[in-house]
Amino acid sequence: MALTRKVKLTPNGEIGVMVEAELISPDSFAGKSEAEIGGLTVWQGPREASLAEFFDLVAVVEEGPVEGDGLVDILIDGDVSRVKRIGQRMTKGRIEIKGSAGMHLGSEMAGGEILVRGNAGPWAGMNMRGGKIEVGGNVGDHAGSAYRGSWRGMSGGKILVHGNARSQLGGGMSGGEIVVEGSVENFCGIRQNGGLIVVEGDAVRGVGAEMIGGSIAVLGKICQFTPGFVANGTEQDPALGERKIEGEFAKFLGDYAISKNPKGVLYVKEAMI
Amino acid sequence: MPTMVIKNGSVFDPLNGIDGEVMDVFIKDGKVVRDLSDSDLKNADVIDARGKTVMPGGVDSHAHVAGAKVNAGRLMRPEDHIGSVRPRTEITHSGSGYTVPSVYKQGYDYSAMGYTTVFEAAMPPLEARHTHEVMRSTPMLDMGAYLVLGNNWFLMRYLHQGEIEKAAAYVAWMMKTHKAYGIKCVNPAGVENWGWGKNVHSLDEPNIHFEVTSREVIHGLAEVNEVLGMPISLHLHANNLGHPGNWEITKDSLAVPSDVNPSQKMDVEWAETKMDPRRSQSVYLAHAQFSAFGGTSWRDFESGADGLAKYVNKSDHVVIDNGAVPFGPATCMTGDGPSIHDLYVLAGIGGQKWSNTDVELECGSGVIPFTYLKANPISAVQWAIGLEMLLLVDDPWKTIMTTDHPNGGVFTKYPQVIAWLMSRRARDNTAAECHKWGYDRSSLGGVDREMSLFEIAILTRANPARTIGMAHRKGHLGAGADGDVAVYDIDPERLNPDDHENIISAFGRADYTIKDGQVVARQGEVVAVPEARRYFCEPKIDEGLAKDMMADVKEWFKYYTIGFANYPVPEKYLRNPEPIIVNGPAWAQGRR
Repeated sequence: MALTRKVKLTPNGEIGVMVEAELISPDSFAGKSEAEIGGLTVWQGPREASLAEFFDLVAVVEEGPVEGDGLVDILIDGDVSRVKRIGQRMTKGRIEIKGSAGMHLGSEMAGGEILVRGNAGPWAGMNMRGGKIEVGGNVGDHAGSAYRGSWRGMSGGKILVHGNARSQLGGGMSGGEIVVEGSVENFCGIRQNGGLIVVEGDAVRGVGAEMIGGSIAVLGKICQFTPGFVANGTEQDPALGERKIEGEFAKFLGDYAISKNPKGVLYVKEAMI
Repeated sequence: MPTMVIKNGSVFDPLNGIDGEVMDVFIKDGKVVRDLSDSDLKNADVIDARGKTVMPGGVDSHAHVAGAKVNAGRLMRPEDHIGSVRPRTEITHSGSGYTVPSVYKQGYDYSAMGYTTVFEAAMPPLEARHTHEVMRSTPMLDMGAYLVLGNNWFLMRYLHQGEIEKAAAYVAWMMKTHKAYGIKCVNPAGVENWGWGKNVHSLDEPNIHFEVTSREVIHGLAEVNEVLGMPISLHLHANNLGHPGNWEITKDSLAVPSDVNPSQKMDVEWAETKMDPRRSQSVYLAHAQFSAFGGTSWRDFESGADGLAKYVNKSDHVVIDNGAVPFGPATCMTGDGPSIHDLYVLAGIGGQKWSNTDVELECGSGVIPFTYLKANPISAVQWAIGLEMLLLVDDPWKTIMTTDHPNGGVFTKYPQVIAWLMSRRARDNTAAECHKWGYDRSSLGGVDREMSLFEIAILTRANPARTIGMAHRKGHLGAGADGDVAVYDIDPERLNPDDHENIISAFGRADYTIKDGQVVARQGEVVAVPEARRYFCEPKIDEGLAKDMMADVKEWFKYYTIGFANYPVPEKYLRNPEPIIVNGPAWAQGRR
C-alpha cells in the first residue's frame, strides 16, 4: 500500500504578469513538505517568486490503493488562466483545475492525467508523449501540436476537449488521439503523420494540410476543403484504431500537394458533403 | 597583464616537436615566454597541471558561425532552441540553440572545450557587414572570415580573360574593403549557373554568360592567392558537392593548382617554432567528407574516401579538413545554393522547410535542417567517410578535424570525433549501432590506426593554425605565441584510448581554458569574458594596377543595387581589428 498525497492550491489573488509554473506537477511535488512546495520558485517576468506568493497551500497525506511509488494528486481550486506550463513534462499523478488554465498546459507530458473544468490556453499538450488531458471548455491554438518550427509533434497520449479548439490542432502529430466534441478553426492536423483526430463539430479550412499519415474524422461540415485530397470511396462506421465512429463516411487520401504517395486519411460525413 | 606558470603538465605542442614532455609553460603579458624572472615568478598565477594534458588553445579553421546564412538558420529553426538553453550568469549572457547556437552560447561553448580561435568559413562580400556584426557580438574567440569569391562577376571576367594581375588587385581591394581574411571558393562557376536553375558538373564546362570554367576559376584564384602572398591558401569547396561519385571531380579539382607554389608574404612577427610554421599547401579542401562520395547513385552509394585519400597522400600541395558526421541534428548551410536544393529534393519528403538566396553579382546561399540517423544507410556511410578522410591520410599535417559545423554536425561533438579517431573499439561500437552500410560500403572497418594525443593536437590546433597562416601566433606554445592554452584532465601515462566516455568528457570540458594568459573557462564554466581580436588582411599592390582595376570596378558597379559608397565595411564594425599587412614594404625588404 503506497501513499497518495493530496495537494490543494488556492489562488490567493489576481495575477498580473503571467507566471511560468512548470513545477506545478506531481513529479516535482513528490516527496516535498507543504513548506517546501510553497517555497518552490517560479518566474514571473524577470523576477523569481515563491509559489506561496500566488497560492494558499494545503497538503494532506492519505493512504490510497496505489501500487508502486506514491502518487501526488494536485487540486487547483480556482482560475489559473494566467499561470503557464502547469503539468509540463509530468510523468505520473493527477492535476485537477477547477477554473481555466493558461498556456502550455501539460506540454511535453509523458504520463498521468490533467483535468480542467474551464478552458485551457494555447499549446495545451504540445509535444505530448503520453497521459491524458481533458478540458471541459475550449482550448486555444496549437493544442496537441508540435513546437514552433518543428515537424514532430504529439506522439502519444490523449486529449479530450468538450468544447471547441482553435487553429492548428494536432499540428505535426505522429501518434496518440485528440477528440474535440465542438468545432475547430483552421489547419486542424496540419503536417500530421500519425495518430487520430476526431472533430465532432465543424472545421473552417485547411483540414489535414500537408498531412502524410494518420487519420482525421470530421463529423460536422468543412467550410473550405483542402485541395490536395483525393476521394477514395465510402465507408460505413469506419474503425479508427480502438474507436468506432458511426455513420456513412466519404474517405479521402492526402495531402498530394506534399507527397506522391501520402498515407493521410480524412473521413467526412456523407450527409455533410 | 597576467603572468602565469602552467606547471608540470604533459605538453603536446606539435609545431615545437613536443610530444607529451612534462614541462612548465610560462606566460607574460599575454604571450608565451621561455622563462620568467624570479620576481615575475613570485607574482605569477600558478596552475598545477601535473597528470594533465596541456595543448595550445584550439583553432577551428572552418565553421559556420557568423553571417547571414547562420542567422537565417537561427531564425528558421525555433525548434532548435527550445531544448537547448543556457542560463545567464554574473558574467555571461543567456543563450539558446543546439545546431545553430546564439552568438553568446557559441562563444562560451567553444571556450568550454579549450578553443580560443575560430574562423568563419564563408562570408559573402555583400553580407560582410552582417558577418562582422555577428562576430563583434561573439565572445571569447579570436576570429576572421573567408570571403566567398568563386562566382564573383568581376573575378570571373578577369579570370576568363587571363588578367591575373588585375584579379589580384581586385581581391586585394575586396579583402581590405570587407575586412576579410582569405579566399573561399564555393562550387566554382556553378553557383552563378544556379541563378538560371542550372549548375556545372565538370571542370571544363563553361558557365552561362561568363563562359568561365571551374578549372579556370580554381587555378586563377590559387595564382591570385600566391601573387598576393595571403596567409591562407585558396580554400576550396569543390564542385558536385553532396553527389554520389563526386570524389573524382574533387581529386581532379585538387590537381588543378598543383603547379602553384605556396608563398606567404605576411608582415608579421613570427613566434618561435621548431617546425617551419609557414603553410606548404596551395589548396585547402573544405569538408572532404561531402566531396568524397563514391558510387553512381544513392542505390550503389559508397565511400570514395580511399581514392581521394590516396591522391592527398601523394600530393604535398593539399591540406583537407574532414567535415565529420557525428550523427544527430544538423543544419546544412552553404554558399552552394544548388547543393541545398538537391538535399531538399532528396530529403524533402513531406515538404520540409529550406531556404535559398542569390547574393547579387557575387554568390548564393542555402540553408536546410537535416538529421543524420544511425539507422539511415547514407548517414552511416557519411559517418565512415568523415573518419576515413582523417585516418587514411598518412601525414597528419595534411588533415584538420572539423564537422563543418553545423553541416555535418555540431562543433560540440568534436570530443566524440576525437574519441573515434583515438580508438578502433569506439568506431566498432558505433558501427555496430549503425546501418550496416557504415562498414560494408567503406574501408573504415579495416582501419586499425588509432591517433595519439600528439596527432589530435596536430589536427585540432597546430595544423589548422599553420594551414590558415596563423601559426605566427596561434596553434603552438613557442616563445612569442599568444598565451592561449587548454589543459585537459587526461593523464597521458594512464590514458586508455578505449575509455571513450572519459575522453569525450575531458575534451568536452577543458580543465582550464586560457586565453592571452588569462583563465577564461574552468571545467567548462566561463569565468572571464576576454576581449577578442578580429583578423583580416590588407594585401598591398602596385598603385597603377589598383587604379586600372578601380576604373573597371566603378564601371561594372552599375549592376549592383547598392551604391559604391555603401559597399565597404567601415572599421567601426570590428572590435579589436588586427589587420595583417600582406605583400607590404616590410616583407619586400626581406624580413621574415
